[in-house]
Amino acid sequence: MPDRKKQDRETIRLTINNVVQEFEIGDHAYQVTPYETLAKTLRETLGLKGTKTGCNQGACGSCTVLMDGIPVLSCMLLTIECDGKQITTIEGLQDPATGQLDEIQQAFIVHTAFQCGFCTPGLIMASKALLSTNPSPTETEIKQALSGHYCRCISHYHVVEALLAVAGKNRK
Amino acid sequence: MKFQKEYRYIGKAIARKDAVAIVTGKAQYIDDVELPRMLHGKVLRSPYPHALIKQIDTSGAEKSRGVKAVLTHKNVPRWMTGTPRHVRVLDQKVRYVGDAVALVAAETEAMARDALALIKVTYEQLPAVYDVEDALKPDAPQLYEDFPGNLLPLNIPVFGPDTLSAIELGDVEKGFADSDFISEGTFSYENIPNPLPIESPGVIAEWSEPNHLTVWSATQCVSWHRYMMLPRMGFPDIRTIGTHCGGSFGSKNYSTQPMLYAAALAQATGRPVKVCFSKEEHFGAFVLRLGSKFRGKVGIKKDGTVKAVSGEWLVDTGAFSDQAQAQVAVGLGEAQLMLRCSNWDLKTKLVCTNRCASGMVRGFGGQELESALLPIFEEAMARGDIDPVEFFKKNFVKPGEGYYWRDGNWWISKGKDYSEAMASGAQAFGWAEKWKGWLKPSAVKNSKRIGVGVSVHGNADVGESVSEAYVRLNPDATATIHACVAESGTGQRSNLCKMAAETLQIPPDRVSITPPDSLINPFDFGLVGSRGTYAVGSAVISAAVDAREQLFEKAANILKTAPDDLESEDGIVFVKGDPDRGIPWRKAIGLAQTCTGFGRFQPDYSKPNFLALFAEVEVDTETGKLDLLRVVTATDVGQVIDPLSLAGQLHGALGAAGIDTAIFEESVIDKNSGHMLNLNMMDYKWRSFSELPRFENKILETAIQTHRFKAIGVGEIATSPGPSAVLMAASNALGTRLKGYPLTPDKILKALGKISP
Repeated sequence: MPDRKKQDRETIRLTINNVVQEFEIGDHAYQVTPYETLAKTLRETLGLKGTKTGCNQGACGSCTVLMDGIPVLSCMLLTIECDGKQITTIEGLQDPATGQLDEIQQAFIVHTAFQCGFCTPGLIMASKALLSTNPSPTETEIKQALSGHYCRCISHYHVVEALLAVAGKNRK
Repeated sequence: MKFQKEYRYIGKAIARKDAVAIVTGKAQYIDDVELPRMLHGKVLRSPYPHALIKQIDTSGAEKSRGVKAVLTHKNVPRWMTGTPRHVRVLDQKVRYVGDAVALVAAETEAMARDALALIKVTYEQLPAVYDVEDALKPDAPQLYEDFPGNLLPLNIPVFGPDTLSAIELGDVEKGFADSDFISEGTFSYENIPNPLPIESPGVIAEWSEPNHLTVWSATQCVSWHRYMMLPRMGFPDIRTIGTHCGGSFGSKNYSTQPMLYAAALAQATGRPVKVCFSKEEHFGAFVLRLGSKFRGKVGIKKDGTVKAVSGEWLVDTGAFSDQAQAQVAVGLGEAQLMLRCSNWDLKTKLVCTNRCASGMVRGFGGQELESALLPIFEEAMARGDIDPVEFFKKNFVKPGEGYYWRDGNWWISKGKDYSEAMASGAQAFGWAEKWKGWLKPSAVKNSKRIGVGVSVHGNADVGESVSEAYVRLNPDATATIHACVAESGTGQRSNLCKMAAETLQIPPDRVSITPPDSLINPFDFGLVGSRGTYAVGSAVISAAVDAREQLFEKAANILKTAPDDLESEDGIVFVKGDPDRGIPWRKAIGLAQTCTGFGRFQPDYSKPNFLALFAEVEVDTETGKLDLLRVVTATDVGQVIDPLSLAGQLHGALGAAGIDTAIFEESVIDKNSGHMLNLNMMDYKWRSFSELPRFENKILETAIQTHRFKAIGVGEIATSPGPSAVLMAASNALGTRLKGYPLTPDKILKALGKISP
């Protein structure tokens, strides 16, 4: 049994949806192993199941979250690499005070921009990153920003319409 | 022309009931479900395509940290799947790379995975076979002792004693003699693509008593996990609960393998066990489309009338299939819907090979048959210089005409004439301007050549099988639908609420539907085919009408009038024409009571639906790359229930191993090792946001005699016409007949003679 005195333990700190989370590194319960992905920490340790792992191969975009505002694949990122970072997941998009949905979430509802809905959290997070740097993107810019996202039901057309509607509003 | 001028809710775009849950990440999919004391199951898989397990030593795995059970062919329950029942949960023989060898349940997924590495297996390798024709040769490796020649029996009564397994009608020799143009040949649709829902299949199983199993599954058909699996598992009492389903397209109807693995491990450990397949397992060890090869001869008249079809349909199931006979039956029915012809001699062979199993996939037999059969027709059409739009319009089954359906019965269409829908699609597409004749491009720009193609698919499954529902009226002027209906993306749960709301004249947000759970709901066959709108809708509407009649009887006593004189709007029952003489539902029903109606839909195979799909492609003769520029679908849905979910179903033609199986989708199997080479989402190609074609849907609404709202479903038929339409378009663009799917650059360059075959 290794010495587990507190001062010997390595810890990392992540701010997830504006809440600071501190994790010890290790392979005991509630610790984060050095090989644990951010997707696993979010889903299994923190219970933030809105982040979906579709392929776990870094190819489908379902697990997209924001790290310091940049969209990242949480299945391809080790949690220990995120020390000191600000992470935003789908659960962090609603206004914490009022519960008001983000304009992108509202647009997805109005345009039924989903069918099975599994890829939706990832698409919304990528859209959020796009709109925060470019509030009124063109159709081509939207498609490029989402080109790493797999949607097998083919809700692409409605997603693009939803985001163009938000872009149009922002242009006014 | 509409049945009723104005509906309050039907036909209007209304937010899906689960919309907020989906956009906030709260919708619960199978891997989001956790039960107390739940274990995780993992599968050891065969590295060989065909082998006998000579020895298997699990002692190391059993001692491994966190492991609670290890199962092999020696101690796994003797449940049997496959049709007929010939596939054990774990067998001493493995029949494809990825076939299950052992199962482990452990406290965590990582512990289960670690234990797999400690299982020692000695195999005796056997020769393997991957091609249907090779599998039929006398000296071919044999997969099953019980099925010599690798031929699976077709005479299985999946749809009753006369289940369709061949089409024999009229006199084909006479038909050919009457034909002006005959073409003959072999064509394959053997991409064995993966429908590839984003969410891999997964099941959680728990035994609460020795004979009582509860399963949670990501599925489009909750009841199948009970009714299909009962006979396969020795008739335990199975309760099934559906989670949100991250796409299925047929494949997760009942996730047989994960369900059996989870149930076996749960039984061995006395604890709930979750088995969620990884994406790699989803690619290489779940279910693919059937392989399909047609060899035969077709004859047509100068005016395009089909006179004779004869030939053999070779269907490749892979290692096994639970539903191949059903898909053969439906596929044969669908071919007749699209190709009305009085002389048929079409026989089928069902062949097993050493690759992973085939399952159900959107298109269910029809897409497989037509994608191989239609290219043979194209040659005859070309010889007669017959416009394919006119050919399809002439030959699909019209009202009053007949066809053998899956049950082997001769049905007469009481549906509608889709000629107008097809014509309006052609017009929207600009067919008359773009069609330049067979093997002629619509336009040529340097190395790029543009071509157009069309295909039609029909199905009589909109009214298949039984649906039952209760509708409960509550005193607070809300209604609850009890129906075993999953949510796999079609929005059908919301649409059923809308249908009940319109029937009861209360807002849809006052109608809810019970969770998809076989214990609390009456029977529903599930969201297969295009049956949600007509079959499930009819049961719900009937139940709502029944409940409303009971409500009116109660109210009539209080209002001192006859039930027939009453109507209800927004929770008030009142005398027709006298809204002041009314009482709220709570007075009619009573505060501490409810009022429940029942509805049952009985199968009706007399209402075929059709969809025409027009495709425009651009092919680069330098690089061989094919781009899909434009798609127009055309159909008639009777009455739109929800425009946005309908559009989503039609856009789905691009996904679910549909159109893109003509362009780039395929499972690549190495014929030396039996290994699948592209079992990840990098190497298995899919269409991204940047590569979307222009897509238009031409939807007519001509009332059809289905139910109250005169509507008919369309989901199943969206994908099927795509592959053959694209093939036709590409051949026309290049001026040469292309010989196989998918049309990857190498195939195109070979066809152009630019690289050697």
